Amino acid sequence: MIFQRRADVVSWGRVVRVPQTVAMPRFRDEIADAMMSEMPGGLLAIGQRRSYGDSIFNTGGHLIDMRALDRFLAFDRDTGILRAEAGVTLGQIMRLAVPAGYFPAVTPGTRHVTLGGALANDVHGKNHHVAGTFGRHVTRIGLLRSDGYRELSPGDNLFAATIGGLGLTGVILWAEIQLQRIGSSDLDVEITPYDSLEAFWQLAEASTASHEHTVAWIDFAARGRKLGRGIFTRANWRATGSLQTHSEGFRRSVPFEVPFCLLSGPSMRAFNALYYRVQKGKRGPQVQPYADFFHPLDAVADWNRLYGRRGFYQYQCVVPAGSMRDAIAALVGAIVQAGQGSALAVLKTCGAIPSPGLLSFPMEGATLALDFPNRGAETLALMSRLDGIVREAGGRLYAAKDGRIPKETWAAGYPQTATFARFVDPRFASDFWRRVA
Amino acid sequence: MTMAARSDAPKRIVILGAGSAIAEEAARAWARRGPVRFALVGRQPDRLEAVAANLRVLGAEAASYAADLDTADAAALISRMAAEMGRLDIVLLAYGTLGDQQACERDPKAASQLLHTNFISAAAWCLAAASALEAQGHGSLVVIGSVAGDRGRASNFIYGAAKGGLGILLQGLAHRLTKAGARAVLIKPGFVDTPMTAHISGRGGPLWSTPARVAAVIVKVAEPASKGRAIVYAPRFWRWIMFVIRNIPERIFHKTRL
Ligand SMILES: Cc1cc2nc3c(=O)[nH]c(=O)nc-3n(C[C@H](O)[C@H](O)[C@H](O)COP(=O)(O)OP(=O)(O)OC[C@H]3O[C@@H](n4cnc5c(N)ncnc54)[C@H](O)[C@@H]3O)c2cc1C
Ligand SMILES: NC(=O)c1ccc[n+]([C@@H]2O[C@H](COP(=O)([O-])OP(=O)(O)OC[C@H]3O[C@@H](n4cnc5c(N)ncnc54)[C@H](OP(=O)(O)O)[C@@H]3O)[C@@H](O)[C@H]2O)c1
Repeated sequence: MIFQRRADVVSWGRVVRVPQTVAMPRFRDEIADAMMSEMPGGLLAIGQRRSYGDSIFNTGGHLIDMRALDRFLAFDRDTGILRAEAGVTLGQIMRLAVPAGYFPAVTPGTRHVTLGGALANDVHGKNHHVAGTFGRHVTRIGLLRSDGYRELSPGDNLFAATIGGLGLTGVILWAEIQLQRIGSSDLDVEITPYDSLEAFWQLAEASTASHEHTVAWIDFAARGRKLGRGIFTRANWRATGSLQTHSEGFRRSVPFEVPFCLLSGPSMRAFNALYYRVQKGKRGPQVQPYADFFHPLDAVADWNRLYGRRGFYQYQCVVPAGSMRDAIAALVGAIVQAGQGSALAVLKTCGAIPSPGLLSFPMEGATLALDFPNRGAETLALMSRLDGIVREAGGRLYAAKDGRIPKETWAAGYPQTATFARFVDPRFASDFWRRVA
Repeated sequence: MTMAARSDAPKRIVILGAGSAIAEEAARAWARRGPVRFALVGRQPDRLEAVAANLRVLGAEAASYAADLDTADAAALISRMAAEMGRLDIVLLAYGTLGDQQACERDPKAASQLLHTNFISAAAWCLAAASALEAQGHGSLVVIGSVAGDRGRASNFIYGAAKGGLGILLQGLAHRLTKAGARAVLIKPGFVDTPMTAHISGRGGPLWSTPARVAAVIVKVAEPASKGRAIVYAPRFWRWIMFVIRNIPERIFHKTRL
C-alpha cells in the first residue's frame, strides 16, 4: 500500500483545498501493515467523501481511502443480515438486497456513501421517527486499531464510540447490518404544499404515526406571512409490487467546476419559486421508485460543482422538541433576513429513539439543513448567528456537514466529547478533531 | 462436446492472478451477468478468500487454489481444475509484476526473474490452457499484456519485452486454436489505476483508465461469439496512440524520455 501526496482530495462542500497524503488499499491485510509502521501526523480512514466539511481531512498526516475495500462477505437471504467490507456503498447494497426483498434500514439523501462512512457519522434518514439512526441496525463491527484488531457488538463501550466516531477510534474494516424487509421497490408518496411553519408542525405531527418517511423542503424565497412555506412529503413502502433496482448511471452530470456560483442570489430565488410551483403542481398521492424518493440529487453527478470554485457550506442543526418551534422560526427568519438562503433546504422532525453513538447527531426534535454558497465573511457571520440560536435552544450541529464551528459550540452540543476522547486511537487524527477537541 | 452442453450454466471460469484489481472487476462483471463457477488462483489465500466470498454473495460459485503462479506446475493445475470444474469456458491470465527497471539493469538475476514471471511462467500457463481448450473444442483464453509491449522504451523495456513476447505467443495460439473452435486473445491496457501503478504520480489524467473499464473489454472479448481480433487494446483509443508511438522515427524517439 503506497501513500501519495494528492491535491485533488476535496470534501463535498469543496471549500477546503489542502493536499493530502492518501493510500488506497484493496485488501484488509494491507491496512494492518501500514499500522505497524511510523505514520507521522496519524491516520484516518475515509469513504466516498460525501461529508461536507473537514472531517475527511488529515492535513500533515495520512488518509486511507477505503473505496476499494468494497466486497460483500456474507448475506443471509432468510434473515436479511448482511456483512460487508467498509468501502461497500449503500448503492451497492441496494443492488444486491432489493431483488431479495430487503433495503438498508436507514438511508441518507444520497446512496453514494460507504458503509464505514454511514457508521462513522451514524447517519439518519427520512424515517428517523420510526427507525432511529443507521447505527441502531449495526450488529457487529470489525475494527482495526493501532493496538490490534477487535470485533465489537452493541453494548460495548468501543462500539458506542465507533458509531458516530468520525473515524477516530480506528479503521472500520467491515460491518454487519440488519436490513429491512420490503415488499416492493416503490413507495406511496404524498406531496402536500403548506403555507406556514405552523402548518408544517401540524402535518409533521399528524404523519408520524401513519407514515414511515417524512420530510419537508422549505422555500427560502418566501417572506412575511409565507415565511417557512414549503412542500411536505410523506411516504410508505408499498406492500407488494416489483423489486427493481436503481439504474447505475447518472441521468445528468456537471462535467466541470463552474467558475462562479450558479446557486446564489437571484438565480437561487428563481429556482426556489420555480421548484415550489412545480412541486405544488405534483401535489397529491403518487408512486415513486425508491431512488426518486430517497436520492433525487443522485440523478445529477457532481452537482456540488454548481456552487463554483469557492464551494459552499452546509449548515445542519437539530433542536430539541421543547424549543423546536421557536428555534426553527428564529433560524428561518434569520436566514431569510440575511437573504442568503439556499436552494436545498430540508426540515424534518426526529423521533425519540435513542442513537447508539456517543457523538451521534440526532435527538428528539427537529433538524434543519441547508446550503450556503461560500461568500466568505458574510456567510460565516450568518452561520455564527445561527449557532447562537441553536445553542440557546439546547441543540447541536452535525459534524458530517460542518467545517467551521468553534470548539465551545461543539462542546456545548456534545457533552459526551470528553468520554469519547478516551476511545480515540492515539495514532488517529483529523482536521476536524484538531479543531473541536 | 455438443453445442447444448457448451451453453449449459454455469459458465466455468479460471482466473490466474485473481487478486489483481483488473481481474477482480472482470470476475464481478461475469458474476453479475449470470451463473458462474470460478476457480481463483493466486498466492495469498486470505485475499483469494475475500474475492471469493464477494463473488459468492453475488451469486457465483467460487473455489480458491493457492499457488505461486511463477513456480507452480501449470499443466498439472490446469488439468486438475478442468477435471474439478467439468470443463473450462474462459481462462483469464491476469497476474504480472511491473518490476524495477533500474534494479533489473544492475542485476541480471532480477531481470530474468521479471522475464520469468511475466513471460516464461505465463507462457507455460497459456500453453497448458490452450491444450485444454483445444481438447474440449471450445473456450477462450484471455491474457493481459500491455501497451508497454509495443515498443521498447528506456524506462521499462524488460517488462515490455515480456509483455511483447506474450503478443507473439497469443497470435500464434489464436492461429492454432481457430481450427479447434477455441480462441485466444491478448488485452493490452494502457495506464490503469491499480496497485501496480500506485507509485506513479499524476494518476487520474485523461490517459488513465479504471479496472472496471478494462474489465468490460475483457468480458466482451471472452464471449464465444465475439469475433474480434487476437490483440485488443483497452480502452480502444490506445490502438491509435500506440500506432503513432510505434511509428515515431528512431532519431526523434531516442530524444524523448519515455
Ligand atoms: C447529497 C447528500 C445528502 C446527504 N443526506 C444525508 C442525510 O439525509 N442524513 C445524514 O445523516 N447524512 C446525509 N449526508 C451526509 C453523508 O451521509 C455522510 O457524510 C456520510 O458519512 C458520508 O459517507 P462517506 O462514505 O462519503 O464518508 P466520508 O465523507 O468519506 O467520511 C465520513 C466520516 O467517516 C469516517 N470513515 C469513513 N470510512 C471509514 C472507515 N472505514 N473506518 C472508520 N471511519 C471511516 C471518516 O473518517 C469521516 O469522519 C448527505 C450527504 C450528501 C452529499
Ligand atoms: N495497471 C496498469 O496500468 C497495467 C497496464 C497494462 C497491463 N497491466 C497488466 O494487468 C495485469 C493485472 O495487473 P493489475 O493492474 O490488476 O495490478 P495488481 O492489482 O497489482 O495485480 C497484479 C496481480 O498479480 C499477482 N501476481 C504477481 N506475481 C504473482 C505470482 N508469482 N503468483 C501469483 N500471483 C502473482 C499479484 O498478486 P500478489 O498480490 O500476491 O503480488 C496481483 O494480484 C498485469 O498482468 C499487468 O501487467 C496493468
